[in-house]
Amino acid sequence: MALTGVEIFKLLPKTNCKKCGYPTCLAFAMKLAQGQVTIDSCPDIPEDIKQKLAETSAPPVKPIVFGVGDRAVKLGEETVLFRHEKKFVNPCVFALEIKDTLAESDIQRRIEEVLNSEIERVGQKLRIDGIALTNDSHDGGRFDAAAKIIAAKAPYVPVIFCTDNPVNAETAVKLFPDKRPIIYGANSENYESMANTAKTCKAILGVAVSSDFGRSSGGLDELATLTEKIKALGVTDIVIDSGAKKAKDILRDNTFIRRAAVKKNFKPLGYPVITFAQREDSLIEALITALGVAKYSSIIVLSSIEKWKNLALFTLRQNLYTDPQVPMQVKQNIYKIGEPTSDSPLFITTNFSLTYFIVSGEIENSKVPSYIAVMDCEGLSVLTAWAAGKFTAAKIAHFIKESGIENEVKHREIIIPGYVAILSGAIEEKLEGWKVTVGPREANGIPAFLRSRAA
Amino acid sequence: MAFTPSKETYTGKVNSVTIGIDESTVTFGGEHVLPFHTFEGVVPHRPVIAYEIQDVPPDDWPENVQKPFETVSHDPVTWAKFCQDVLKAKIIALRLKGTHPDSKNRLPEDAAKTVKEVLSAINVPVIILGSNHTEKDASVLVAAAEAAKNKNCIIGKAQEANYKTIAAAAMANNHKLIAMSELDVNLCKQLNILITQLGFDREKLIIDPMCSALGYGLEYTYSVMERIRFAALMQNDLSMQAPMVGDIGLYVWKVKETQASETDIPQWGSIEERGITWEAVTAIALLFAGAELLIMRHPRAVDAVEKVIDEFVEG
Ligand code: B12
Ligand code: SF4
Repeated sequence: MALTGVEIFKLLPKTNCKKCGYPTCLAFAMKLAQGQVTIDSCPDIPEDIKQKLAETSAPPVKPIVFGVGDRAVKLGEETVLFRHEKKFVNPCVFALEIKDTLAESDIQRRIEEVLNSEIERVGQKLRIDGIALTNDSHDGGRFDAAAKIIAAKAPYVPVIFCTDNPVNAETAVKLFPDKRPIIYGANSENYESMANTAKTCKAILGVAVSSDFGRSSGGLDELATLTEKIKALGVTDIVIDSGAKKAKDILRDNTFIRRAAVKKNFKPLGYPVITFAQREDSLIEALITALGVAKYSSIIVLSSIEKWKNLALFTLRQNLYTDPQVPMQVKQNIYKIGEPTSDSPLFITTNFSLTYFIVSGEIENSKVPSYIAVMDCEGLSVLTAWAAGKFTAAKIAHFIKESGIENEVKHREIIIPGYVAILSGAIEEKLEGWKVTVGPREANGIPAFLRSRAA
Repeated sequence: MAFTPSKETYTGKVNSVTIGIDESTVTFGGEHVLPFHTFEGVVPHRPVIAYEIQDVPPDDWPENVQKPFETVSHDPVTWAKFCQDVLKAKIIALRLKGTHPDSKNRLPEDAAKTVKEVLSAINVPVIILGSNHTEKDASVLVAAAEAAKNKNCIIGKAQEANYKTIAAAAMANNHKLIAMSELDVNLCKQLNILITQLGFDREKLIIDPMCSALGYGLEYTYSVMERIRFAALMQNDLSMQAPMVGDIGLYVWKVKETQASETDIPQWGSIEERGITWEAVTAIALLFAGAELLIMRHPRAVDAVEKVIDEFVEG
C-alpha cells in the first residue's frame, strides 16, 4: 500500500524551504501522496530516502512493457483486488503457444492465426497479443529454427521464449534485439545465467517454481525468494508463475499474490503473473482462461485460438477491464454510415458505446447509407438514459438544432428508438417542423424497418 | 524472503438453502468465504446448475440450443424427464413462459396443471419461474405455488411490483423464493428487507441481482454480485446473506453472438461453439462473482462448467 501524506512527511527534510514550489513540506507530502507531483521536485531529499519513497509510491504490481512498437502491451500496474473498487488497469495479454516440435508449415499456420486474430468490438481492436514458443524438443537447433520463423514472419509480435536452457534462451532472444521479449524459464537452478541473459538482452524474465499441490502457499515462498535473488542480480522486469495449473490452485495462488502486493506492498511478489491455461478441451481452456482474466493473471498462454473462443475471451476481458464508474462512451456527434446524401435517413440514439455499436452495426447490415445522431447521455443506454432524465424531448430537440444536421439533410424526419416511442409527441412539439418516426425496439429490427420504408 | 500468505477474516456467511423433498434434496450456499476460497475457510456445498425447460416449445430459442431437446421439448413433462434421466440434471427450472400475454396468455390454472404434471414425473427439485410479466406473475405464481404445496420448490421471481402476493404464496406453501431487483445493491437490500418484513424467513430467500450476458452488461451483474457478497461476508449484513442465482440461459441465448451465422460474420467462427462458449463463460464469470445457483440451457455448456467446478472443489 502506498504511504499516506503524513507518513511521507515524516521522511521529508521538514525545512519548509519552498524550493519544491509548495509553502511547506507537509503540503508537498500531500501532493506526493496523491501522485500529483514527483519526488524529484524536492532537491533536498537524501538518496536513500528517495529510493524508499519511489518504491513505496510505485504501483503494487510492477508496470512492465512487453514487446515494442504498435503491438507492445502493458502488464501489471494493478492496484486493487476487485473491479468495483477501481478500474483494473492493464487488460491481460493472451499468447498462443507454439511448440518447436511442430513442422515448419504448422508453425507458419499458427503464426498466421495470431496475425489474423484481430476482431473489432465496441470500437476496440482486440486480438491475440503474443506468441509463446516452447522448447518441447529440448533441442537448441530446433528452438532456434522456430524462433527464426517467428522473427521473419511476425517480427513485431511480442514473444515469450519458454525454455529452461539458458543457452537455448540466449540464441533465440538474440534474434529479437531490443524487442523486449520474455524469457520464461528462470528457476532455482538456472536463475543466475538466465538473469544474465535477460540483462544483456534487455529481456523480461519469467520466473517459475514447480507447483506442489496441497502446499498451503503453493510454492509462493520459493517464488518470492527467487525474485529477490534475481533482483539482486540487477533484473527487475520480471513476470512470475507459481506453477499452478488446476483451477483451484490458480485462484489460490493468484489471490495470495495480488493480496500480498496490494495489501502488504510485498515487493517480491509485486510482479505480473503468467498463467499457462492449456487444456485438451478447448472449451475448458476457455473457462480456465476466464478464471485468469477475472482473477489476476497478466499473461495467459493458450493452446488454441479458434475464432469463437477468441471472441468470447476478448469480450470477457473487455467487460471486466472497463471502468466501473464510467461506462464506455462514444463522442456526441452526427455519425455517417456509408455515404449518406441529403435524403438519407437520420437516426438518433445515446452515446453508450454498446448501444452505438449495436445500432450502427445493424444500419451497416441494412446497406442503407444513413446518419446517426449520437447524443451525449453520459454513456447510458437508451432506457437508462431516459429513466435518468438525460434522453428527454427537450434535450433531443436542443441537440438536433445545435448539431448542424439541418444543413446536411433536406428532409425533417428523425427516427427514434422504439423503446422511447412515448417521446415522439413531445419531440415534435419542441422540434418545430420535424416529423418523428418511431423505429423498432430492438436494433436487429432496423434492416427490415429500412427495407419496408424503401418498398 | 519468507512469505506468509495473508488470509482474509470473514465475519459473515452465506445462508445454506435446501430444496426438494425426501431423498432428492439439493443444498447450496453455506460458505464462509468468497467464491471457491477453500484455502481460507469452509465451502460446504458446490454451486449447482439447473436445466431450464418451458411450458411451451422453445420456438424463440436459437436453433443450436433447441437441437439438444428437439425430440422432447414439445411437452414439458417429457422435457423434464429427459433432463433428469438423460442429462442427469440436479435441478429443473420450469419457466411458465406460455402465461405471458405476448405468448399464449395461459391462465394460472393452466400453469398450475403443468406444474403438477412436471412435479409428479420427476424427483429432482424444481424451480418454478413466471414469465417475467410482473402483473401476470402475481396470479400465475400464486397458483403454481399452491399446485406445488409442500414440495419445497423455489418460486420466482418476486420483484418490487409484485413481491407481496408472491412471497405470501411461497410462505403459505412452504417454498423458497427468488427476489429480483435490477442491478443495484441498494435496491436488492431494500427488497430483501421488505420481503422479510412480511414475515418471510430470510433463510429461505435467494437473490437475483439480475443477470446479463457476456458483452451485454455482464460487468454490471458481476460487480453487483461481488458487492452483495462483500456485504454478506465482510460486513455481516444479514439482509444480503441469501445465495444468489444467475438466470444465464435467458440472457445469453438472445444476444447476437449466439445467433449470427458464420456466413454472415465469418470472423466470429463456428456458431455452435460460439453459443455454447458464450453461455459457459457467462456462467463461470458469475460463479467467480458469487452465484451459487445457475439456470442454464445447453448441455455442453453445463458439462464444461461442472468440470471446472470439479477442479475447484476436489482434491
Ligand atoms: C445496465 C443497466 C443499467 C446500468 C447502466 C448501464 C448503461 N451504461 O447504461 C446502471 C446500473 C448504471 C443502471 C442505472 C439505472 N437504471 Co438501468 N438498466 C440497465 C439494464 C439492465 C441494461 C441496459 C443496457 O445496457 N442495455 C443494452 C443497450 C444496448 O440497450 P439500448 O441502449 O436500449 O439499445 C437497444 C435498443 O434500444 C435499440 N436502439 C438503441 N438505439 C436505437 C436507436 C434507434 C433509432 C432504434 C430504432 C433502435 C435503437 O438497440 C439496442 C439493441 O437492441 C436495463 C434493463 C434491460 N435489460 O434492458 C436497465 C434499465 C434500462 N434501467 C432502468 C432504470 C430505472 C435505471 C435507474 C433509473 C434506476 C435503477 N433501476 O438502477 C438508474 C439510472 C442511472 C442514473 N445514472 O441515474 C430501467 C428503465 C425503466 C424504464 N422502462 O424506463 C431498466 C429498463 C430496468 C427496468 N426494467 O426497470 N442501469
Ligand atoms: S523542497 Fe523539499 S524541503 Fe523544501 S519545502 Fe519542499 S519538500 Fe520541504
